[in-house]
Amino acid sequence: MDAGNAQHIHGHQHQMQEHVMLSNHSMQDQGQQEESSEEREYRSLMKKWWRAAIVSVPVILVSYPNLFGLGNLFPMGSGQLWWARLIMGLLALYVVIRSGGQFFVGTWEGLKQRSANMNTLIATGVSAAWLYSLVALFWPQIFPRPEMADVYYDVTTVVTALVVLGSALEVKARGRSSEAINKLVALQPQTANVVRDGKEVRVPLEEIKIGDHIVVRPGEKVAIDGTVVSGSSAVDESMLTGESIPVEKNENDEVFGGTLNKTGSFTFKVTKDQKDSALANIVEMVKQAQGSRIPVQKVVDQVSSFFTPGVIIAAILGYIVWYDFGPQPGWVYALIVAVTTLIIACPCALGMATPMSLTTGIGKGAENGILIRSGEALQIAQKLKTIVMDKTGTITEGKPSLTDIVPLGKFTEEELLLISASIEQGSEHPLASAIVEKAKEKGSRPVKSEGFNAIPGHGVEGTIDGKKIYFGNLKLMKEKGIPLDGFNRYDASMADQGKTPMFLAINGEAGGIVAVADTVKKDSLSVIHELKSMGLEVVMITGDNERTARAIAKQVGIDRVLAEVLPQHKAENVRKLQEEGKKVAMVGDGINDAPALTQADVGIAIGTGTDVAIEASDITLISGSLKGVVSAIKVSRATMKNIYEGLFGAFIYNAIGIPIALGVLYPFTGILLSPLVAAAAMAFSSLTVVLNANRLKRLKLKFN
Amino acid sequence: MNWIVTIGGLLLIGVIAWYFWGPKKGGSLVETNASGYQEAKILVKNGYNPSRIVVQSGKPVRFEFTRVETGACDGMVIFPDFEKSATLPAGEKVIVDLPPMKTGSYDFTCQMGMFRGKIIVKN
Repeated sequence: MDAGNAQHIHGHQHQMQEHVMLSNHSMQDQGQQEESSEEREYRSLMKKWWRAAIVSVPVILVSYPNLFGLGNLFPMGSGQLWWARLIMGLLALYVVIRSGGQFFVGTWEGLKQRSANMNTLIATGVSAAWLYSLVALFWPQIFPRPEMADVYYDVTTVVTALVVLGSALEVKARGRSSEAINKLVALQPQTANVVRDGKEVRVPLEEIKIGDHIVVRPGEKVAIDGTVVSGSSAVDESMLTGESIPVEKNENDEVFGGTLNKTGSFTFKVTKDQKDSALANIVEMVKQAQGSRIPVQKVVDQVSSFFTPGVIIAAILGYIVWYDFGPQPGWVYALIVAVTTLIIACPCALGMATPMSLTTGIGKGAENGILIRSGEALQIAQKLKTIVMDKTGTITEGKPSLTDIVPLGKFTEEELLLISASIEQGSEHPLASAIVEKAKEKGSRPVKSEGFNAIPGHGVEGTIDGKKIYFGNLKLMKEKGIPLDGFNRYDASMADQGKTPMFLAINGEAGGIVAVADTVKKDSLSVIHELKSMGLEVVMITGDNERTARAIAKQVGIDRVLAEVLPQHKAENVRKLQEEGKKVAMVGDGINDAPALTQADVGIAIGTGTDVAIEASDITLISGSLKGVVSAIKVSRATMKNIYEGLFGAFIYNAIGIPIALGVLYPFTGILLSPLVAAAAMAFSSLTVVLNANRLKRLKLKFN
Repeated sequence: MNWIVTIGGLLLIGVIAWYFWGPKKGGSLVETNASGYQEAKILVKNGYNPSRIVVQSGKPVRFEFTRVETGACDGMVIFPDFEKSATLPAGEKVIVDLPPMKTGSYDFTCQMGMFRGKIIVKN
């Protein structure tokens, strides 16, 4: 290595380090910004919790002096106890205002609009306990019996403390469930090396314009979407596609903002605004989907709009019944029952179950390169029975590649490849490019041919090294009078394997066969196997002839084939499958698949395809791999299961908690909940829903 | 004493039921701007202010939300009938456009349905 080179490389390393530092720095900045609003809320709630918790200690001590051995200090009915209780009342008021103020503000704002929410229940319960205690302290004579003139300042402070703690933990966990988006957003570097007047300048992202040339070195991130103009490299696109194998990038290939350059350096031209970039689109789509509603939520919406006023009414009814029919002192039992009922009811758990799981599930999909566009698609995807797959470009690579070379004369495989590549290099035909590509791959250099001529519908002819060459189908060979010995028996068997054989005649003799086929994607077999084992029927649909279609279907283990279907009839065929009473998904990539994607109950687009197909789809697989179909169905099944668990938990909690709080168990068991237990249960219930949703993040999507 | 509590309680229940579930009137009538949109400005603070929006049928509606608090609960607004949603970062103006609607009423809520608003569409 000479000194100049060493200098050059050293320079690169320096720049790289600087870049890494810069991008880390900017990512942190962004991360902090994303985090700050939730972090700030969490910290403020924790501060409120500590304040309430600390004040609760003396309040509890004074509420139960005998229990803590303070009976001598504050004897029952004494002046000391009265004063101590008054001070506790003021401390409790302080806690209610400083730690629980938002419940009251929220209640007031709601009342102005004639609506009630969780705040209403907590505020009503807490203030009922405090006001009762105030009356008991100052006007004990209005109570029929002296022991009823008890104070409940402990209820006031402890309930406030527990509910605030519950919300703090909820905020924390909720932040984690929308992590997926924050992670995606944080992926984009904030600066890039732009070439301006022939020099590289580091420019902030906002100043980059369409048409700018940006240089990317190994280890750097691509700042924004564009097209490679020079250089080549392998780029890790896993943040977009979930696919961990780096993708080769050469001239004219597209690169995407946020992806990581691994091996080489290249320059690309910016083709999109930041807001139109793939990453921005994905973030936008995921946000939209996370906010969308799923059909099951309609029931929950109905319930929650009646829930809070319903609970208040139940609490009043409970009060009346206990006052009229309960044991003495009626006031006290009635109050405890009413306050406990208000506090144990948790509309929050009910309201949170679906959105929490939806956010987490859709986020989980996005991390793995699966964009689920709506909650509805997610709900239907778990009920799928049939998966219709387009053949070309979905099950297969979508472009032909060379599969066999069969020598029939005196030439070797290498010579046959060289000759066929040489004769085909001038041709525009897609089959020709498959041969030329293979030759380049094998390191053979095609030579110049003379007298090249394409014979439409037949093949090509030309002269190489003075030898007359014909290359084409069997018809061409027959017309040119080439002896067909050997050719014939290969023709049928290759077609049965889904291959297109091309025959090579050299100086009037059979030279050999070169076969080309659209090869099956390497994941197709395992994906289809997996789908079948998940209880789904897989159907292949294609415009190709029956023979080729059957051949491919056999390779990947598909039993049901719809062949020779014209593009305009694909949707019709999907509809027929639906008429069998099944939920049908269509997987496709081409523009011609769009109507079928729309017709299907769930349209799944392979993202490497066209924008039209993506627009028409409910689920988009950003990586070209079919593995996404399995993952999408797994995400959908797991998310819906999680949603039902969350909803079930929330319904059951309220369905059991509220009657117990009302005292239905009392006549049989003598059990009556204390408001303190109710507050703990309430805080715990919303937390359970959040934690349940977070379990989705551990969902395993990989398979072999 | 018992009958006072009983009757008082039942009356209170009646008032609560009427107040929260009874027919609601009023709402802010929205004006149409130069570009043909009916433009409703909504302040998001412990709910939507105003929360009842009266619009005319057949004309598109543009909402401008401004959220002035950091509480996480109303960080997102959802229009379930239109499959539309938007995140509302604190302190930022967020525009949500809705297509012309038929007469009737349509809800919008926060992500968990705790805060609710209504669009009332009249002829």
